[in-house]
Amino acid sequence: MSDHDHDDGSHLSEIQLRVRALETILTEKGYVDPTVLDQIVEHFETKVGPHVGAKVVARAWVDPTFRSNLLADATKAITESGRFGTIGEHLIAVENTPEQHNMVVCTLCSCYPWDVLGLPPVWYKSAPYRSRVVMDPRSVLADFGVTLPPTTGIRVWDSTAETRYLVLPQRPAGTEGWSEERLASLVTRDSMIGTGLPAQPGAQTS
Amino acid sequence: MNGVHDLGGFHGFGKVEPEADEPPFHAPWEGRVLGLQRALLYTRAWNLDRFRDAQERLPAQVYLSVSYYHRWLLAVLRGAVETGLVGADELEAGHALRPGPAVQRTLKQSAVGAAFMRPAFGRPPPRAARFKPGDRVRTRNTHPSGHTRLPRYARDKVGTVESIHGCHVYPDVAATGQGEDPQWLYAVVFRGPDLWGEGSDPTLTVSIDAFEPYLEPT
Repeated sequence: MSDHDHDDGSHLSEIQLRVRALETILTEKGYVDPTVLDQIVEHFETKVGPHVGAKVVARAWVDPTFRSNLLADATKAITESGRFGTIGEHLIAVENTPEQHNMVVCTLCSCYPWDVLGLPPVWYKSAPYRSRVVMDPRSVLADFGVTLPPTTGIRVWDSTAETRYLVLPQRPAGTEGWSEERLASLVTRDSMIGTGLPAQPGAQTS
Repeated sequence: MNGVHDLGGFHGFGKVEPEADEPPFHAPWEGRVLGLQRALLYTRAWNLDRFRDAQERLPAQVYLSVSYYHRWLLAVLRGAVETGLVGADELEAGHALRPGPAVQRTLKQSAVGAAFMRPAFGRPPPRAARFKPGDRVRTRNTHPSGHTRLPRYARDKVGTVESIHGCHVYPDVAATGQGEDPQWLYAVVFRGPDLWGEGSDPTLTVSIDAFEPYLEPT
């Protein structure tokens, strides 16, 4: 598969050499500090990820004021709450309801809400997802093992500008009285993209 | 440009294949490429739209056959040369052969947080918005050879303005390095059958974020 050419040994070494050469040149010219690159890599490997978005979703499930603020202006609501760190501009939260299921894509490149979900998975950036989800989202959902009622409307948000979208999934039934932390454990990355649903409480081990 | 990057509506790419427990990077070089991209953008010698444009100008067969970060690398290499920061001869040599041109700023340890933060793209509006929520609009039938953010599947289609995001940097101009030319940005929603014709999912709606020059009143 084309998205896995990093697994090809001969290809890999050629790429590695080109990356190293570019880093060397940019460092020698003073444009890049390799220790800064180390920090950038560490940030994206360890600091950001879907756990951030999951906490935001769980908060919205338990706090109606936060939920309405989130839907009005997600960047502002998240940053002002002070609970989830600082979030970049133009984040928009879209809420799933029994009538409408939301899905997010970037057909032109791979725009994704990094601040709340981390780096996008390979499938999100791949041609199969980007080509099909705007035309036939139910077949894409089928690839994820998800079937929605035929009457549920599907809204696909194509991230064609610098706006970024976060899906606010529906809170699973049977979670009344749960803590935010426990609720967050149900919130999967895919449920915040729209290709999945939150885990059901019975499926939890804790 | 009408490139293969503009993937919405293509058939034939097969199933979506999620990877279980996917790591952030599949090889260490991928993280370095991301870091180099961030550092280059930070100099302001380059911008995000030029980065995207550089990917789109890759030969179609290359765009489709290399991995995501490999594509980034090819775009970053191109950007490094096209901005004049690096010479093709230096890439060949693997070392700097001369001092580079001055840049506005370089990413230092003290400012590394800026590399993690998305910049703001909103700008003061130069004029009033032409459309308002609820307006019916038709997207232009346009095929520019340069960078644009109006996907082909949504050209010459009738939709409804749902909301106004504000006035943002206009990618079609920013990608040329000729300034920002801020334009009003709208969420425009289309009915599935209006995009895909008879037989399409009647429960489907698709929205794009459309810059004002992409739109005409109906």
